[in-house]
Amino acid sequence: MSTLAIKDLQVTVETEDGPKEILKGVTLTINDGETHAIMGPNGSGKSTTAYSIAGHPKYTVTGGSVTLDGKDVLAMSVDERAQAGLFLAMQYPVEVPGVSMANFLRTAKTALDGEAPKLRTWVKDVNGALDRMNLDPAFSQRSVNEGFSGGEKKRAEIAQLDLLDPKVAILDEIDSGLDIDALKVVSDGINNFRERPTKGVLLITHYTRILRYVQPDFVHVFVDGRIAESGGPELAEELEANGYERFTMAAR
Amino acid sequence: MTSTLDSITDSLELRRADERVDSHLHPEGSFNLEDHPVPTGREEIWRFTPLKRLRGLYDAAPFGGKLDVDARLQDGVTLTDEVADLIGTSGFVPTDRIAARAAEATPTSTLIEIAAEAVVDEAVVIDVSGTGIEPAVAQHVVVRAGAFSKATVVFHFEGSATLADNVEIVVGDGAQLTVVSIDDWADDAVRAGHRHVQVGRDAQFKHVDVTFGGNVVRNDTVAEYAGPGGTVEMLGLYFADAGQHMEHRLFVDHTAPKTKSHVVYKGALQGVGAHTVWIGNVLIRKVAEGIETYEENRNLVLTDGAQADSVPNLEIETGEIEGAGHASATGRFDDEQLFYLRSRGVSEAEARRLVVHGFFNDLIRQIGVPALEEKLTATVEAELAKNVLNEKKDTI
Repeated sequence: MSTLAIKDLQVTVETEDGPKEILKGVTLTINDGETHAIMGPNGSGKSTTAYSIAGHPKYTVTGGSVTLDGKDVLAMSVDERAQAGLFLAMQYPVEVPGVSMANFLRTAKTALDGEAPKLRTWVKDVNGALDRMNLDPAFSQRSVNEGFSGGEKKRAEIAQLDLLDPKVAILDEIDSGLDIDALKVVSDGINNFRERPTKGVLLITHYTRILRYVQPDFVHVFVDGRIAESGGPELAEELEANGYERFTMAAR
Repeated sequence: MTSTLDSITDSLELRRADERVDSHLHPEGSFNLEDHPVPTGREEIWRFTPLKRLRGLYDAAPFGGKLDVDARLQDGVTLTDEVADLIGTSGFVPTDRIAARAAEATPTSTLIEIAAEAVVDEAVVIDVSGTGIEPAVAQHVVVRAGAFSKATVVFHFEGSATLADNVEIVVGDGAQLTVVSIDDWADDAVRAGHRHVQVGRDAQFKHVDVTFGGNVVRNDTVAEYAGPGGTVEMLGLYFADAGQHMEHRLFVDHTAPKTKSHVVYKGALQGVGAHTVWIGNVLIRKVAEGIETYEENRNLVLTDGAQADSVPNLEIETGEIEGAGHASATGRFDDEQLFYLRSRGVSEAEARRLVVHGFFNDLIRQIGVPALEEKLTATVEAELAKNVLNEKKDTI
C-alpha cells in the first residue's frame, strides 16, 4: 500500500524582502490507487507543493507534515525521499551535460534498488520505456535533457517514471508545452503507471485538457496557497466551462 | 552557472580597416634578453602569476639541469638531439623574459620529425621525467610534421623539475597533427612553457593540453597560420588541488584568410589556494577574411578557498569574417542539477561525481585518442576521490 498524507503544509520561499509565505496550510491525502489533480491559476502554490514534497532547497517548510506510509518525508534528504518511493516529474527538467541518459538511469535505478540492475534485462527495459514514449533507443546515449525539445523532455520524464517505478508520482505541469500527439503519448504513460497496483498520482496542471486523457479521482482547486475547493472530476468540467474566476473572486 | 556568450554583432569592437591597431595581443618579441626586463609582477602578462614560486626562472636562475627522456617513436618519425639553427623556425620570437632566457640557454634543439606523407597510426609517446628541482632546466624542442602527414605526438611530463621550455611546432601544408601535452608533475615541480605553432595551408592542428600536477604550471601557447585554410583546435583540461597554480595563456593569431580556430578549456578546482588562470586571446588580422573562431573556458569550483580567473579577449581588424564568439563561465555545483539527480534517488556524493564527470566528459570525448580518453576519465575519477566523494556536506 502507499499513502501520501499532506497535513496543514505551510511553506515559505526566501525573497529579497525576506521570507514570503506561499503555502498557507494545505491538507491532502492520496490513498492507494488514487489520482488527484491539482488545478489553479499561476502563483497559487501548485508547483511549490510539488517541490516542497520533493525537498527542493529553495523552499522552507514552516509548518505541517508530509508522510509516506506513516514515515516523515520532511525529515528525509532529497534522495531519501526518492528512495522512500516519491517521484517528481518536473515542469522544466534540468540538463546535465556529459552524463548520458543510460548512465543516469542505471545510476538512479541502482540507488533505488540498492543493487545494479541486471544488464541484459535492463537494456531491454530502458529501450522498452523509451519506445513507449516514442523515443528512439539512441536517446539513451544523449546527455540528460541536453538539447531535448520540450516534448522530448516531458516524454523522458515519463520514461523515467516507468523505469524507476515509484509509489507516488508527482507530475508538475507534465502537459505544458505538449502538442496533442505528445499529450496522448504522455497520458498513456501515466495511465500505464496508474494501472500498476497501489500507485498514487498527484497531477498538477494549469489546463483541463490532460484530464480528458488521465481521469482523476479527485480535483482540488488551489487559490492563494490553499485548497479553495475539492471535488470529483465534475469540478474539472466546471473549470473548463467557467475558468478560475469564481474561486479567485471568493478568495479576495 | 552563469554564462556570457558574446558574438561580434553585439559586443565586440569592430575596428575600421584604416585604423592603426595598437594592441597588447601582438607584442613585438625579441631574442635579446636585454629587451625583457625582470618583471615585477604588476605587468599585464605577469599579474596573475606567483613570481616568487618560479624559483627565479623569470630573473637569473642558473640553468644546467637535465630531464630524462624516453621516446617511443613509430615508423616515419625520427628524433634527433642537438640540431642547430632551428630556433625560431615556427616564427617563434620570445615575448617574455623566461622564453628569452630559455632560448638563450639552448643553442640547439631536439627535433621530432614526421616524414612528409607519413600516416602514423600509433601515437608517438615522449615520456619526460624531471630529476630534481635544482638546477633549473632549459629546453628547446621542435616538432615538424611534413606535408600531408598524419600523426599524434604525446608529451607526458612527470617528476620534479624547474623547467623553462620552448616548443615549436610546424604543421606542414595539408598535414594533420595532434599534440597532447600532459603536465602530470610531482607536487614540487615548476614549469613555465612556451609553445609556438605554425599551421600550414589547409593543415589541421589539434592541441590537447592536460594539467593535473605541479606546484606552478604556466603555459603560453601561440598559434598562427602560414597559409589559408588551416584549422586549430585547442582542448584543455585541468584539475587544480590545494596550493596549485595552473595558468594557461593562449593566443590564436589569425594571420591568414579562411582559417579556423576552436578553443575549449575546462577546469575544476578544489582545496584552499587552488588557483587557475585562463587567458584566451584571439586576434583576427586585416588579411584574415572569412575566418571562424570560437573560444570557451569553463571552471567548476568544487570547494571554498579556490580561485579561477578567466579572461577572454577577441580583437578584430577586419569586418569580413564568418563567425567569432567566446564564452566564459565559472561556477559552483549547479543546485538544480544536483536536485534533479537526487530527486531520482542518487546520493549527493554520487550526484556530484556525475556532474563533474559530465563536465569533463563533454571535452574528453572530443579528444579522439581512445586510450587517452580512458586514462583521463580515470584520472578525473581519482582527483574526485580526493575530495568530492569524501565530502558529505550541506545536505539539501
